[in-house]
Amino acid sequence: MKTFRMGGVHPEENKISNDAAIEVMPVGKQMVVLMNQHLGAPATPIVQKGDKVKVGQLIGEAQTFMCANVHSPVSGTVLKVEPCKDAFGLAKPAVYINVEGDEWMETIDRTPDIKRECTLEPKEIVAKLKEMGIVGLGGATFPAHIKYSIPEGKTAEYLIINAAECEPYLTSDYRVMMEHAEEVCIGVSILRKALGVPNAYIGIESNKPLAIKKMQETAKEFEGIIIEPLKVKYPQGAEKQLINAVTGRRVGSGKLPIDSGCVVSNLGTAFAVYEAIQKNKPLIENILTVTGKELPSQHNYIVRIGTTYNEIIAHSIGQLPETTGKVISGGTMMGKAVVNLDAPTVKGNSSVLVIGEKEAHRNPETACIRCGKCANACPMGLEPYLFSLLVKNNRVEEAKEHNILDCIECGCCFFSCPANKPLTDEIRLGKNKVRAMMAAKK
Amino acid sequence: MNLLNISGSPHVHSDESTKKIMWRVNLALVPALLVAIAYFGLNALLVSIVSVAACVLFQWLIEKFILKVPSTVCDGSAIVTGLLLAFNVPATVDMLWIVVIGALVAIGIGKMSFGGLGKNPFNPALVGRVFLLISFPVQMTTWPQVGGLFPMSLDVTTGATPLGILKEEGMAAMPQAWDLFLGHVGGSMGEVSALAILIGAIYLLCRKIISWHIPVAFIGTAFVFSGILWLINPEQFLDPLSSILAGGIMLGACFMATDMVTSPMAKSGQLIFGFGCGLLTIVIRNWGAYPEGVSFAILIMNCVTPLLNRWCKPRRFAC
Repeated sequence: MKTFRMGGVHPEENKISNDAAIEVMPVGKQMVVLMNQHLGAPATPIVQKGDKVKVGQLIGEAQTFMCANVHSPVSGTVLKVEPCKDAFGLAKPAVYINVEGDEWMETIDRTPDIKRECTLEPKEIVAKLKEMGIVGLGGATFPAHIKYSIPEGKTAEYLIINAAECEPYLTSDYRVMMEHAEEVCIGVSILRKALGVPNAYIGIESNKPLAIKKMQETAKEFEGIIIEPLKVKYPQGAEKQLINAVTGRRVGSGKLPIDSGCVVSNLGTAFAVYEAIQKNKPLIENILTVTGKELPSQHNYIVRIGTTYNEIIAHSIGQLPETTGKVISGGTMMGKAVVNLDAPTVKGNSSVLVIGEKEAHRNPETACIRCGKCANACPMGLEPYLFSLLVKNNRVEEAKEHNILDCIECGCCFFSCPANKPLTDEIRLGKNKVRAMMAAKK
Repeated sequence: MNLLNISGSPHVHSDESTKKIMWRVNLALVPALLVAIAYFGLNALLVSIVSVAACVLFQWLIEKFILKVPSTVCDGSAIVTGLLLAFNVPATVDMLWIVVIGALVAIGIGKMSFGGLGKNPFNPALVGRVFLLISFPVQMTTWPQVGGLFPMSLDVTTGATPLGILKEEGMAAMPQAWDLFLGHVGGSMGEVSALAILIGAIYLLCRKIISWHIPVAFIGTAFVFSGILWLINPEQFLDPLSSILAGGIMLGACFMATDMVTSPMAKSGQLIFGFGCGLLTIVIRNWGAYPEGVSFAILIMNCVTPLLNRWCKPRRFAC
């Protein structure tokens, strides 16, 4: 079975919400739509206080290159346009909307029929991805229209769809495969057409045999979609590792996947692409998992973007259990701890993960015994223990020479450290110091 | 409800700890300890207890009164040092007080003077052992002979180790390889049975506490090098199988050269480290003043470890 060439760990999978079918979460009374839900500059709000908006109406426009459109997830009246704190406590420009009814834009096709034919030309597809505000839903929220506009001099040879879902707990991609396999395959075909590549590869970790079977059966009806079962090993779904597993190629230091002839998109993105291109539906919904060992029930939801964490918790489980220690947006390996539960969800959110008090605490740090487990676990072939020492002693230049910027922050080093050293934290700090040093030199 | 916890990712841990690693090493040493008790009786048990107790006590005293830091004796690393030190000395009554001095040198000079666990450049047990070998040459080379199983008497006959016999009397007096494998020979406690050492080593391999690189490179090099010498002159040199079974190669290769703190981290570095240990052991045995060279070989290679860590980098994913 295919896998990446070095390192990796195997955390407890905890896919306890696997069997929970996707439910639709009702719309709240007020929505806060952040203007930067994507990598790059925030979108510019084009509505004002008092404006009436419909579901799917453009409210934030991408006016710079690295930016994406933002659409209203609800219908109602704009209450105000002012900054709002996001889930991690940072103020971001936002549009507040008082919800009134559920009136959708007439252009959006809300029928349940599946539309297979796509007559758009590649350039038109990319333009429509931009119009619909599609971003990568694997975590980095990279604007899709930029990813699918291949720069001159580069050629795409592989389209790889990331359905590894190697993060513990997360099951949203799994549920999409089980319930919307055909739509996903149509979305993948559209992306394949946009790139003009012969084949698209969908990488799925082999701990999802039902999804692999379902996708294989569905993909038979489509041209050029190949399902690749992958070994269960974290971080199988990290972009560079996935490219390595599927194609055997390696993305160079500081290079992008396209430099190795690859384009990688998340499975959720493929589904969003189907809805955007075939149904004219902008990216206004997330599919996210509400899970945790101590929760009374496990869920997968379709949630309008802008619903707050508290609303999601209230609807799904009533309230957080007494023993809650941490709420995480994303999986346990790379997800971020939520600071502010009143914050709205944004594009690319994949979960509300509740961790118990016991698990939320780190064990005390002890002395490094130079076991080398961190270096063995590193999927990038780096030496985390060395970075830890260099960063602590402010030897930033040397950290850069030892390629600290190659680090993908997957967390394998801290995960496997018997001395509980916060290696990933220290490397993050080191990367920032290196970047600051490089910026100062310019 | 309580306040939420905030931290950077990852939010889970493998639950590995230094403590677990050290206690597993202790567990892996139990088969060899049992064999030692079976062959050398109460003396072996007494020497082990005294050695372990002294190591733990010295570490506790130094941490409490000299370094004034929270005690780390619970992590089990001092017990590993104590057991390995006991395994490296003869199981005789004379050793009971000598091993206490060894423990002081091992823990005090070998480990705590550098800052404690993780900072010592040399394997502490070997530092203690070599100190004793140089300071107490008579007691340290008075090896009890293996009698029947479970001898209860504290008085034992003494004699030379197989390698000592070789050095003094030549090839003809050497015991058979099979006896060496089971441990039915004279020697220090932990070196007698290759089988018991291997059982412990296999457990450590399964637990991923050691990797195969150092033991295989160490034993393999010793086997090949002594094999070449034996082919050149079988009259003068010991055959390769007996070479790796006699003396401390098994214990050294599986438990002491693989010490995480004092061996290289990269696999390529570990192979070079093991190769150096094997080569130096055979060189010292055949041309050195001492019949056995494992301790010196490992200590010399310990010196090279920082350089190996610098030279042998893991292969980068992105280049």
